[in-house]
This record gives sequence, C-alpha cells and structure tokens, in this order.
Amino acid sequence: MQLITTMLLDGLSYASYLFIVSVGLTIIFGVMKILNVAHGAFYAWGAYAAAFSITLLADNEYPDWLGFVAIFAGSIAVGLVLGSAVERLILRKMYHEEEVLIVLATFGIFLVLEDLIIITFGVNPYFAYQPMALLGQVEIVGIFRDVYSLSLIALAGVVALACWYGLNKTKWGKILTVVIYDREISLAMGINVQMVYLVTFMVGAGLGALGGAYVSPTISVVPGFGVDVIVLSFAVVVIGGMGSIPGALIGSLMVGILRAVAVHQLPQFELFVIFAVMAVVLMIRPEGLFAPEKQRTI
Amino acid sequence: MKFGFSRLMSRSALVGGAVAAALVAAPAIAKDKIDVAVTAFLTGPAAGPFGVPGKQGAELIINAINGGTMPAPYNTKGFAGAMLNPLFTDESGGGAKQVGEYRNLVQKRNVDAVVGYISSGSCMAITPVAEELKKLTIFSVCGTPRVFEEGNRTYVFRTQAHAVGDSIAAAHYVAEKFPDVKGFTGINQNYAWGQDSWKFFKLAMAKIKPSAEASSKPQFPKIFAGQYGTEISALSTDKAEMVHSSFWDGDIEAFVVQGLARGFFRNKKFVSVVGGSAIDSLGKKFPDGVVMGTRGEGGILLRHNTAPLNAWFVSEYKKAYGVFPLGPSYQYANAILALKMAMDNAAKAAGGFPTQEQTMAALKGIKYQGIGGEIALTLGNGHQAVHPVGYGITKWDKEKGEPTVTDVKFYGTDCIYAPPGKNSEEWLNAGMPGAKC
Amino acid sequence: MLAICLKDQTIRWAGLGFALLGILGWALPDWILTNVMFGLARGLAVLGLMILWRTGLVSFGHALYFGLGAYIVALLEKYAGINDIFLKLIAAVIGAALVGFVLGFVLRNYRAIFFAMLSLAFSMVLYGILVKMEVLGSTDGFSVTQNTIFGHLPDGKYPLFCVIVVCCILALVGAQLYLKSALGFLTTAIRDNELRVEYLGYSVAKAIHIKYLISAGLAGAAGGAMAMALGQVDPDSMVNWPVSGELVFITIMAGAGNVVAPFLGAILFEFIRTYAFELAPQAWQLIVGGTLLAIIFFLPGGIWSLIQKPFAKEGAGNG
Repeated sequence: MQLITTMLLDGLSYASYLFIVSVGLTIIFGVMKILNVAHGAFYAWGAYAAAFSITLLADNEYPDWLGFVAIFAGSIAVGLVLGSAVERLILRKMYHEEEVLIVLATFGIFLVLEDLIIITFGVNPYFAYQPMALLGQVEIVGIFRDVYSLSLIALAGVVALACWYGLNKTKWGKILTVVIYDREISLAMGINVQMVYLVTFMVGAGLGALGGAYVSPTISVVPGFGVDVIVLSFAVVVIGGMGSIPGALIGSLMVGILRAVAVHQLPQFELFVIFAVMAVVLMIRPEGLFAPEKQRTI
Repeated sequence: MKFGFSRLMSRSALVGGAVAAALVAAPAIAKDKIDVAVTAFLTGPAAGPFGVPGKQGAELIINAINGGTMPAPYNTKGFAGAMLNPLFTDESGGGAKQVGEYRNLVQKRNVDAVVGYISSGSCMAITPVAEELKKLTIFSVCGTPRVFEEGNRTYVFRTQAHAVGDSIAAAHYVAEKFPDVKGFTGINQNYAWGQDSWKFFKLAMAKIKPSAEASSKPQFPKIFAGQYGTEISALSTDKAEMVHSSFWDGDIEAFVVQGLARGFFRNKKFVSVVGGSAIDSLGKKFPDGVVMGTRGEGGILLRHNTAPLNAWFVSEYKKAYGVFPLGPSYQYANAILALKMAMDNAAKAAGGFPTQEQTMAALKGIKYQGIGGEIALTLGNGHQAVHPVGYGITKWDKEKGEPTVTDVKFYGTDCIYAPPGKNSEEWLNAGMPGAKC
Repeated sequence: MLAICLKDQTIRWAGLGFALLGILGWALPDWILTNVMFGLARGLAVLGLMILWRTGLVSFGHALYFGLGAYIVALLEKYAGINDIFLKLIAAVIGAALVGFVLGFVLRNYRAIFFAMLSLAFSMVLYGILVKMEVLGSTDGFSVTQNTIFGHLPDGKYPLFCVIVVCCILALVGAQLYLKSALGFLTTAIRDNELRVEYLGYSVAKAIHIKYLISAGLAGAAGGAMAMALGQVDPDSMVNWPVSGELVFITIMAGAGNVVAPFLGAILFEFIRTYAFELAPQAWQLIVGGTLLAIIFFLPGGIWSLIQKPFAKEGAGNG
C-alpha cells in the first residue's frame, strides 16, 4: 500500500512537471503546425531567468516568497522576449516551407539559444532553493515529501484549466479554433493570422519557460539540461496526440506513472518504457490517443 | 584560418572531395615552449563544480611554474626550462566526440602532451586512442580502475588514484564511525565511475562490515538526469539506513537540494564519495552529518592544513579566483606537477631537453610531492597513482560562517589498494590479503 | 553494367574524384585524413537520408541505424572477437538493413511529421536500452581498436580510409543507378502525387519500403565505418536524437541535387565543427546552429546549388 501510494504520488508529480513543459509544445503544434525543437531552450531559459532572479533576491535579503513572483515574471519575460524574437525574426519567414525544414530551423535555434545561455549566465550552477525551502514538507504514508513538488500538481491543474477556459470560453479561443481549422478562410475573414501566430508562439514559449522556472528551485540549474526535456515532451505530446491539450494531460500521466513504476521496480527500464510506449502508440494510433479531428488531404 | 577555410570549400567542390593540402599545419616545436592540451568540462553540468575549478587549478600552477614563483621543490622556472602553453579544451559531448577532438589535438594542433579528463567515460574512450597515436597523456581526475586493469598502457598515466581506494576507505570509515549500521543502499550514475564505485563499496563492505546488508535495489539514474524525486522515494522506502553515492558534477547538488526538502538526510546516513563541491556551493544549507570524501588529499579536508605547499596553493587560489580550491583544483594541479617533475628529471638524466620517451621513462613509477601530500605511481606498471584517501563528517561552523568537516581520517595506500600487479576485484574477494591499516 | 556506369557523367566524375581522393589520402596530413574519413563515413548515412528526402520523407531517427551499425561493429569485436574490417562492415549493413526491413513495414504507411516522429521514437528506444544496460556499455560505450585487414592489423588509418573510400564509391554508383532506374524515378512522383503513382500501377508503400531499406543499410554502413574510424562508440554520440538532427542538418546543408553532395556536405560539416570547436570551445554549438540557420535562409538548395554549374547538364537530369 505504501509502495503503491508512493509510486502514484511520484508519478503524479512527475506527470505534472511533464504536462507543464509539454502543453506549450502541443499548443504551438496545434495552431502553427510547428514541431518546436527550440522548446527545450525556452525551458532552459525559463529556469535560468527564474534561478538568476531568485538568487539575486536572496542575496539582497528580500523575503523568500518573492521567489514565486520571480518564477512567473521570469517565464513571462522569456515568452515575451525570446518567443517574439524567434517568431518574428525567423519562423515568420518560413511558414511557406515544408514542416520538416521548419523543425530543422528550430533545431538550429535550439543550438544557438543553448550557447547564448552560457554566454549570458556563465557555466556555474545556480541554486534557487528558497521557494522550495519556504513551503516545507509533509509526511505521506511514512515518506517525507516537499510541499513544493506537490504544489506542482496544483499548478498543472491550474494551467490545464486556464487552457481549457481560454480555448472554449473566450473570444480568443474561438479565433484560435478558426485559425486551426482553416488558415486561408480565417485570413479571408479578416483575422490577423500573423498576430494569432505571434501570440500563440509567445504563450507556448512562456509555458515552456514556466516549466523550467518552476522546476528550477528543485535542481541545480546548469548548462545543457534542456536536451533531454525535448524528447521527453515530444513523447508526451505524441502519445496524447499532437496538438491536443487533453492529450498532453493523458500523455504526461501515462509517462509519469510508468516511469515511477519503472524506477521503483525495474530501474534499468526507466528510459526504455517511455519511448517504447511512444512507439507503440504511434503504431496503433498514429495521430495519438487524443488527436483533434482532422481532414485528410492528399 | 578563414582564408584556408574558404579555399578548402572551393577546392573540395572542384575535385569531388579532394581536400586542400594547403591547410597542412607545420609543426614548430621549439625547446623554449611546449604546447599542452588541458581538457576539462568547460560547458555542461560538470563545468561549474568540476571543470572550472580543475582548469583554474591547472592555470594557477602553470603560471606559477612558467614564472618561477612556486615554492620548493618546484621553484625552478619552466618545464625542463620550457614555458608551457596551455590549450584549454572542452570535455563535454561524450566519449566519441572526445576521441575525435583528441585526434585533432594530436594530429592538427600538434600538442606535446595532453593533461586532464574528469569523467571516467572520457578516460575509457581516450586510452586506446592515446596509445594508437602514441602521445603522452596524463589523466587528472577520472576514477574507474578499468583503465589500467584491463590492459598494459605505455602512453597513458594517471596521477589520481582509482575508485577502489575511495570505496575501501569509505567502508573502513563507515565501519569505524557507525558500527551499528545494518543495511545500505546506493544511488550512483549509470556509467563506469558509478558502477565501479558501487561495486567496490559493496565488495569492501562485505569484507569489512559483513553484518551490514546490501540492498537489492540500488538506483542507477543516467548521469546528468537532474531530477531525483522518484529515486528519493525509492531510496526512502528501502529499509537500509545508509545510502552510498558517488554522485558528482551538478547531480550531487541537485540530489542534496531535493533530498533536503524531503528530510532525506534526517532519516538516512548519507555517504558521499566526492560531493565536496556541493558543500561550498550550498553553504549552510548543506546537511550536517554527511560522510564526505574528496578522493585524496585535497579539497575541504585540507582547507586549513598548513603544510607549506598546501598553504601556498590555498592562499594563491583564493587570491586569484576568490574561492577555495576544490578537489578537482588539486587534482589538475597535481597532474601538471607530475609533468614538471618528470620533464625536469628527464632533462637532468638526458643532459638536454627531453624527448617524449625520456619524459615518460621519468614519469613511470615516479614518487613526488603533490599539493596535498605524496603521490606515487606504483600501480599499473608504474602508470597509476596511489595516495591516501580520507573522509570526514560535514558540519556547518556557525561562528565562522563557513563549512567544515570533523572526524577527518585518512587511510594509507597500503590499506586501500591492491598490491602492484594484483587485480582489485580478485584481491577484494580474497579478503584483501596483505592490507596494512 | 560497366558501360552504363561510364555513360553516366556523375558516376564518371565522382568515381574519378573519389579514386583520386583515395590516392591523395596517402599524402594528406593525419588530421585532414581523419576528418575526411569521418565526413565520408557520415556521408554514407546522409546519402541514405537524401534518397528518402527526394520522396519528401525526413527521418528524425536515423541515428537508430547509424548507432546499430556502430554497436554491431563494437560488440562483434568485444564479445565475438571478430576484427576483420570487411566482416564488421558487412555485419553492420546487414544488421541495420534487417531492422530497417522490419520497421519498414510500419513506417512505409507514415508521412511527414508522423514519419519523423515514429522514427525518432524507434531510435530513442534503442537509446533507452543502451544507456541503461551495463553489458551494452551503458553511457560509456566501447572502444573499437582492432580493425584488421586479412588478419593483419595495419599501422595508421590509411588502409581503413581506402576501404571507406571504396565503400563510398560503391554506394554512390549504386545510388545513382537506383535513382536513374524506373523505381528511382518514382521518387519524385511519389512526393508530388501519391494517388497518381498508385493509379499507374505501382505500389507506393513498396517503393517507400525499398527506399527505407536502402537508407537503413547505408546508415548502418556509416555507423560501422564511423566506429572504426573514430575508435569509440557511445550512445550520446551515436544514437541520441541530436545525432539524427545532425544527419538531417547535413542533408539539408548538402542539398539533394546530386549523389556526390552528401559526401561534400558531410566533409564540410566535419571541418566546420572542428574549427568551431577550436575557435570557441564554449560556444561551438552557436556556430553550428548559426550555420544551419544561415543555410536554410540563404542557401535553400544547399551547397550543391553553389557548385551545380560545372555539372549543370546532369543536375537537371536528376531533378
């Protein structure tokens, strides 16, 4: 019983992390049909922005709760600045190109952004543990857990709700649906598609950054830690269905819990299970478990 | 270089890949200057806690020797009189990439020697290629015993002792300080260093403290994984009260931060083979009561040691970089010192500037004064160093506001290494015959 | 057969160029020889990707076959004591092609981003296995040092270089003949309109399967050759996703204009990497990534478009 609860909780908190990281990726794909490899770089930039400001605040002896402000402010800043720069300077000129060429361009952007981190923040690790220390710990079935990691679950819930609300209950959501469904017609209807793309990309990038920023207090923020995140979030997004937000939710839950079970029971298969599931899902349901409906055009 | 490059492009274009021979770099090895590649992690998660301190340690010593400002016995200027020109290169990217870069260093940049390498993975990959290219290579940090136990080496040396000593010393220390320990588990990175560290710790515990039982589910996450929430849960549900770890680079810091938030260090006795970098970077957050090693005479265990060479090193390092030297700073410094000692001795014996072969002959089996203590290349047919290994228990010193270690104890080389020519694993399985502790 | 080969301009000139390169290799300084050898080895995989790309398919998982080839070579040496260069290379090709044949049954039904993603998933499965299994070397991998020719261990890399050059010539001639065959001409047709190809009575799935098989075998050969040229295999440099990304990068950089382009592109890539690493050890990715973006923007036809003029006649023929 203790083991099962522990595995479930581990899985759930890892799944929440995966969801926050990959929901931005899936939104960008859903609207813009871009598989954004640079997402890993936004994640890393978010983590650096947050960790940098949190340590700065702590060094100047500001109260620790300001760290939470830094996390959100940092991710918004990354989304606004880097997201808009990448979209306006590079991607905007490429929408007429083949999908795979755009993927490759985002790979190039990823490489560049990764090294810009080193140039901006140096190679020394950042430790921004203050927000995590602030929230303390609780004992659940005999195992101590930090409240901060559990709060990740709540944050994932909030993000999921916000996405659902934004898409289904606001004017913006309706416009997005139109653009997703048919880009040409929405253009003809006078929708500023360029603007929609820009905003979508900034939101997606900001969510990727939020994933990194929120995780940054629990890790040592070091160069190069965005690489593995990319394939992990690809796996999540592909399992759930590219472009689907409920899909990203299901995908993260599957990957998170499977990984937790593997680490507890068969540690050697930790990485294998994630990608094996990805491959199996793709073979059975190429569009993913929760693919949005799509017309097939030949 | 730009000119050469564009030329290369156009030529190769014309003749279906016939690359310009115009790029041939003429070797210009003068006797008053030697080029030595110094490889360490300059990017990636291991750069901050390992690569950069290592590079700084090397840099400090090279400048001091080039300037002739080091204390005795290194107070002569230069390496056999020659100035050492360091080429710092990055170790990140994995073994195969390092092998490619190593080939470039030797074949293109014509270095006279290569010093460095932190990851055991790098050393395993570089060893055969160093032998193939016949270039003197001194490993400074990496710890897997496989490098010299899986074959005889000619061109490869290591001035750092291997993981077996770290593991046996840890087992002795645990047995002495925590005689009641009933079980232990481990979390180690899944590559040569982590696998070997755990294997030898387990073997040593079985001989030194047979009443303590090894867990059947030790964790082996991938190196640089960064997030250990699930692993910490798995270790917490394990009934073993002691956790052994050879984590290093950014991983140790991440693990400690995540463990702290979950009260992990209150409930488990943590044995860290090489986590010294985290003590300084985490400061007063670092938990008290952790068994901490530094893989030899260096780092935090020797911070306030007043032996002249050590005191000089600590104060100069602090002056130059504003921080205390860490384990890797000592290890890189020691590797450079070995090169100086060998070249000076070889020059004396040869009566002139030594060839690579003469330097290697002088390096083989050398005993010399490292920054923290004596280092002797007695294993691996005179290629592998041994030196004492110590452990202590971490404690935050409130009054001074700095981290300290208490109960420091060093174990001598006769106690923790197999005698020359013996395979470490067989020696351990036989119950460590001849060990003098 | 020979007559057909000689009539083809590309084969004539490229064959001559490679033969010259093989001879020239004897006089090249070691570091250039090494880098050219790396480039040629990687070029084999890029040639396979180019063949796929002509159909509009891009695989983000060809590191699977590259890695398989490399690990087959390393494991044969480590556990079976097989050291012969030719045996190891052939085993690498056959092993990779076999896996490609099996996976091809699934992948041939996928297009565009789904094709890319499923190939990525397969390659990461192999990565996940290699990284975690100690018998397979985990993150360290293995050394590959004993590369014998007819039972003799040569001094230096020149003999291996010649073997790789011969492999490249064979691959190049084979690829050119294939692309010029009826089956090969289907390539572009499939990209433009699959339905029409089906109506013409050809099986699109089968044509893609064959392509996939060829490209898998080529990537296997590339991995095997790379393992021996480098002397080391490990999952992060041979199987992880950035390796696939790099291969696709070279394909785009080289351009799909001609079967020689992949080799030129791959050699150029090795030199860019070498110099980037030397100039900026902390920011070499920036240079590589910047080059990639620059090529996508300013040289969409790849470097081949720069040098197409001298070969203009058959460049057009290849479409």
